[in-house]
Amino acid sequence: MDPVIFLIQVLNGVQYGLLLFLVASGLTLIFGILGIINLAHGSFYMVGAYLAFSLTERLGSFWLALAAGVVLAVLLGMALEWLVMRFLYQRDHLYQVLLTYGLILIFEELRSLVWGDDVHGVQVPQLLDFSIPLTDTLSYQVYRLAMSAICLAIAAGMYWLIQKTRLGMMIRAGSFNRDMAQSLGIDIALLYRAVFALGVALAALAGMLAAPVSSVFPGMGNQVLIISFVVVVIGGIGSVKGAFVAAILIGLADTFGKVLVPQIAAMVVYLLMAAVLLWRPQGIFGRA
Amino acid sequence: MDRQARSLQLLLLAGLLALAAFPLVGEKFYIQFITKVMVMAMFAMSLDLLVGYTGLVSLGHALPFGLAAYALMLVTPETQAAGIWWSLAASLGIAAAASLVVGLLVLRTSGIYFIMVTLAFGQMAYYYVHDSSHLGGSDGKYIYVRPALELLGWKPFDLENSTHFYYFALALMVFVYATLRVLLASPFGRVLAGIKENEHRMRMLGFATFRYKLACFVLAGMLAGLAGWLAAAHDGLVNPEMLSWHQSGQLLMMVILGGMGTPAGPIVGAVALKALELVFQGWTKHWQLLLGAFIVLSVLFVPRGLTQLFAWRRRG
Repeated sequence: MDPVIFLIQVLNGVQYGLLLFLVASGLTLIFGILGIINLAHGSFYMVGAYLAFSLTERLGSFWLALAAGVVLAVLLGMALEWLVMRFLYQRDHLYQVLLTYGLILIFEELRSLVWGDDVHGVQVPQLLDFSIPLTDTLSYQVYRLAMSAICLAIAAGMYWLIQKTRLGMMIRAGSFNRDMAQSLGIDIALLYRAVFALGVALAALAGMLAAPVSSVFPGMGNQVLIISFVVVVIGGIGSVKGAFVAAILIGLADTFGKVLVPQIAAMVVYLLMAAVLLWRPQGIFGRA
Repeated sequence: MDRQARSLQLLLLAGLLALAAFPLVGEKFYIQFITKVMVMAMFAMSLDLLVGYTGLVSLGHALPFGLAAYALMLVTPETQAAGIWWSLAASLGIAAAASLVVGLLVLRTSGIYFIMVTLAFGQMAYYYVHDSSHLGGSDGKYIYVRPALELLGWKPFDLENSTHFYYFALALMVFVYATLRVLLASPFGRVLAGIKENEHRMRMLGFATFRYKLACFVLAGMLAGLAGWLAAAHDGLVNPEMLSWHQSGQLLMMVILGGMGTPAGPIVGAVALKALELVFQGWTKHWQLLLGAFIVLSVLFVPRGLTQLFAWRRRG
């Protein structure tokens, strides 16, 4: 393979992987701490993309839309946690699957009512709307690089939040032993709401960042959701570090799968998952 | 419990009689509608074997269902009927083989992992079919002629006739129901119940629980395959949506709505959900909004399923 093309594919793979990490890290935190399997997580990604579309038009700036969108996503997350999620903590996974599946149907139809069923596009912000030429014919979009940089910054921020702050300490305590954390004076109800809202905000942010490069279309959430599940399974449930490694792995596997084995490209990531299951059923960083 | 069990049996018998008598008075639309509901009921019963009786929450049960449907499409010649036995063997064979391979992988996991991994493999099959042009791609393919049974030139029934098809589906549904009853009362079924209760204990008692779970997974896959074969034969059409995770999700809804791990639960659930869909679709184009709200509310307020409404004596 030509080295320039190879470089472009690597950059694309890493960028896709980093985007997946934003979605999957929220998913894995919600699993790990709240003990909830949340099928509606992909819907938050979709909501984010549609918010980017609407708000960019309204506010006239992609960056303002990004900020406003994150605030709205946090509010949505807190409201959902208060309305339905908190009734699921003590229930069997089966009911969590079912309820969050119901939420998907609701989000999809609300999307159809508010935004319709058309495919939309979002303009790449002007500041970043140019490409770096690599050869005479090939170039690389700067926005994609910026996306990767933003995702990396968020990943670093999450590491800092979980490992170095007081909130992170509470999160780790809550995931380790809910009852013990509570009896030590940590407000578990509040902590759970914060973690859920964080997860929603991360997924929505991923959707907003993706909006200018992919288009904004119905059903975009489901696709991301299932790949994120694969990421979580490979990385190990509850492990943010695992989600990071697995997301990059999946991003690269998917990108190179499309180039090298186009006939079975859609299956490559699942085959990777099957291999990991054979080798380590609890995921790369999962606790046995 | 005795009174409850007897009243349930009476209810089932009454339901069976009503179903048997329906084509005498019903319109063609409803005969076909109920045929579809019975196919879904069979499909739901097969999932209940996994979810309700063995404690394996699969979100990828559309996989054997859809593959069996596609198998019928592949063995049916363009303008001729496929033989019932031959096409059934092909459909059940592919459902069993796929379930065996998937089962060997997914049964290495449990809990949340199991849910996600079954979903992921289901999606893999969906994308494979969706991207394969020889299988019709995203549009799917038509099956122009329904399978036929011929014994030395004699045709006992003709599936092209919707009333005949109705009774054929009814007979198969009763067959699946009876098979599951016998199976679950057998020692094999008792082991499955034990695994659901406490797998660790069963292993300590000397049962090779993995093999039991795998056998159960393959069997449930074959029953789902039977439903898939029937659905494809009835609709005369296969498409990737048969493999989609919405299929699996709605199926799970049927099982839980009816009351999982109860004999009649999946049937009640299939009838209730299909009827609800029909009503909602009559009201609005955005009927999935109502369905979603219904699912959310029923999980919050009717946690043990509709059959609990019939149970006037609560268990412990």
